[in-house]
Amino acid sequence: MDLRQLEAEPTEDEREAIDARLGSHPQREGTHFAAGLRRDRRHLLLPALQAAQARVGWISEGVLAYICKRLDVPPADAWGVATFYGLLSMEPRPRRVLHVCDDIACRCSGANELIAELERTLGVGDGAAWQRSPCLGLCDQAPAAFLTVAGPAPAERLFGPVTAEQARAVLAPEGTLPAMRRPRPPQAGDPSLRLLERVGIVDPGSLDEYQAHGGYQALARAFEMGPERVIREVLDSKLMGRGGAAFPMGRKWDAVARQPARPHYLICNADESEPGTFKDRVLMEGDPFAVVESMTICAYATGCEKGYVYARGEYPLAFERLQGAIEAARARGLLGADVMGHGVRFDIEIRRGAGAYICGEETAIFNSIEGFRGEPRNKPPFPVEVGLFGKPTVVNNVETLVNVLGIVREGGAAYARIGTPQSTGPKLFCVSGHVVRPGVYEVEFGATLRDLLALAGGVAGGRKAQAILLGGAAGVFVRGDELDIALTFEEARAAQVTLGSGVVMVFDDSVDLTSILLRIAAFFRDESCGQCVPCRVGTVRQEEALHRIVTGRPHGSTGAELALLDEIGRAMKDASICGLGQTAYGAVESAARRLKLFEKGKVG
Amino acid sequence: MSTLLPLAGRRRTVELRIDGDAVRVEEGRTLLQACRQQGAAIPTLCYLDTLHPVNVCRVCVVELEGSRVLVPACSRKVEPGMVVRTSSERVRHSRKMVLEFLASSVDLSTTPDVEGWISEYGCRPDRYGPKAASVAQPVKADNDLYVRDYSKCILCYKCVEACGDDFQNTFAISVAGRGFDARISTELGVPLPRSACVYCGNCIAVCPTGALMFKSEYDRRQAGTWDEGRQTRVDTICGYCGVGCTLRLHVQDNEIVKVTSPLEHSVTRGNLCIKGRFGWRYVQD
Repeated sequence: MDLRQLEAEPTEDEREAIDARLGSHPQREGTHFAAGLRRDRRHLLLPALQAAQARVGWISEGVLAYICKRLDVPPADAWGVATFYGLLSMEPRPRRVLHVCDDIACRCSGANELIAELERTLGVGDGAAWQRSPCLGLCDQAPAAFLTVAGPAPAERLFGPVTAEQARAVLAPEGTLPAMRRPRPPQAGDPSLRLLERVGIVDPGSLDEYQAHGGYQALARAFEMGPERVIREVLDSKLMGRGGAAFPMGRKWDAVARQPARPHYLICNADESEPGTFKDRVLMEGDPFAVVESMTICAYATGCEKGYVYARGEYPLAFERLQGAIEAARARGLLGADVMGHGVRFDIEIRRGAGAYICGEETAIFNSIEGFRGEPRNKPPFPVEVGLFGKPTVVNNVETLVNVLGIVREGGAAYARIGTPQSTGPKLFCVSGHVVRPGVYEVEFGATLRDLLALAGGVAGGRKAQAILLGGAAGVFVRGDELDIALTFEEARAAQVTLGSGVVMVFDDSVDLTSILLRIAAFFRDESCGQCVPCRVGTVRQEEALHRIVTGRPHGSTGAELALLDEIGRAMKDASICGLGQTAYGAVESAARRLKLFEKGKVG
Repeated sequence: MSTLLPLAGRRRTVELRIDGDAVRVEEGRTLLQACRQQGAAIPTLCYLDTLHPVNVCRVCVVELEGSRVLVPACSRKVEPGMVVRTSSERVRHSRKMVLEFLASSVDLSTTPDVEGWISEYGCRPDRYGPKAASVAQPVKADNDLYVRDYSKCILCYKCVEACGDDFQNTFAISVAGRGFDARISTELGVPLPRSACVYCGNCIAVCPTGALMFKSEYDRRQAGTWDEGRQTRVDTICGYCGVGCTLRLHVQDNEIVKVTSPLEHSVTRGNLCIKGRFGWRYVQD
């Protein structure tokens, strides 16, 4: 087919950046080249857009035109994809841009004051070199910021805690780039740790050190067992997914392994974007080889030859270290055409997100990798049957995968004895907000909220916990006096809460929770992909109603608005395509019902 | 005389229950088809027989026993033993809210059937107040053939599908932006004459809300002279080439006011090209 392409031309810089990403320009490419031959290159659309942005700081008409010609993508389609992602800019902007987190965890550490100062000193709106950002996943170093520097040698830095002075300094054209310092996990060195065993202890850049600390024993053991036995051990372990949905992992693996269609794909979901979640970042930054090894085991068990890590775009250090680990593993025959000499073929490619919470939804990842807008697909068909590129696909969260190492080494039955009968294994919790030592904590399932708070040093400043958000923006609030809830799937269900992605965000009694709730509502409004009506409009109507209540201008009464919110929430929960819309009312509902936040006297 | 054998094997049927009644339908059918076969009225907006279902408007949701959430009837395939409720309180609530969400944010004045559903489901779009966010925006009239009024767009994706690989393979439009700000757009939002549009008008043919409208219809509506009650429809065959597309001429006061093609027509499936769709002025001049 002859696609009509744009006439604009790229600059030399832009052409160079795209050629570097897509390979040099083949002679025969052009708009009249026979259709079909290059259709399979669509999946390079997002990486090409990212390359353009990294080179010049934005996506111009010229570079869009060039990318479309190179990949045989219709310009309108490419425009639809480019405008979907928050990190891509369709307008010229400074080479250095600072994304400053104004989300709920950072608000407990002065993000509002920081932003007010930046507004005073650096200006607001179009053309400004800084912008507000949803949660950046650095809640243990709040307030967080993400710096992007476009140019021939582009750079990115995720860092914190950031001050207004530092923000101004890093935005100066030749300003020194901030270091990405990472605190050791508070429990580092504790010999009982399983998932965080090596984090903060072992050099994440050294394969030798990884192997000296038990690395690649699990893969060797998996090869001894054979694929079916590995799956049986995972089934026996009763491991449930740690990304938020808590799906039995063994069943997923088993289903993909049994699919006759080929190839099979593995995706490691590392698009951690749930506000307050940073455990996967800590794992990838601190123990990248564990991610690579566990993916290799999964691929061997389920018959995948190609794996993708879909990594959050705002995680440059995790990307760097994972990339390093993949290259080191490849160089030593631990990835590639003949893994460990067992005749197994497997390799990993990292794809980076570009600022879209929704792309953590498993089917949205497929669309994003394939070069389409990151809109979730309707299920069924399920990913285990029809997933990436229409093929059987296993999608596992980073933390879930890392659990496999212990399961294979010690056996599923032994693993299942950790924790409680229905919630097996160790679990990472991301403790943030008003606690003395925010960070990722590993506990066995069964620990209570009180235990976890004690690990984190309790509420900061000797104050009282007013409320705790479990599971992130998509989760629910519990009261400060509900600390005896055990953090297991079964107790969570019984208590009508959710563990979600393991967020435990503490708000002390000085916090205005209504402003936190408004931020959560704004988050869902901003991050809805816009595909289905209940979520696209429902998240807007929810925010509007909340705003009317909080500003003391309800339609009718606060009670009437709460009833309306409930009606909106029920429809979002029941009729939305994916988990985003289905959970967008959870925090608001729990604030109203559990915290009784809107009862007389509490709202102005 | 010998009997002709059907070429295709007979399709298997599945049994399910819809609103308490046992129903038998062919395998591979959707719940929407099964419900309609059973006589259950299911509203639809983003669904069209001739396009791949995108199940985004969610007005066709039904309750499926064992499913945590409601399911879209338009795309969900029947399975043996399904127990489906098409009019439960949950279903009616979600439909009501979807219709309210749309009616409070989009101009539905030229959307057929919707007024009836709004009263049937007891919608009160006014309750979101005059300040409720809407998609209101200026009309785009940048060419002589059709008008785009995206204040009336419910983002059903039909036009994108028709322009793309469901029909036309021109790919002149896509959904751009995200969330409530998502819009149907050409590349960089350029006017149609600068885009890849070939003016086949197949997007207009599938638009369920009148957001895309023939200029001939738009102008008459503006002037207050559009009157479907006074219109007759005449089917003829397009004379421009040898394909033989059926043209349905909509005639008012002895003038052609627009040209469509029947959706069920085996050659066109409702589609035409620029000549058949717009090249009729000579008949009247």
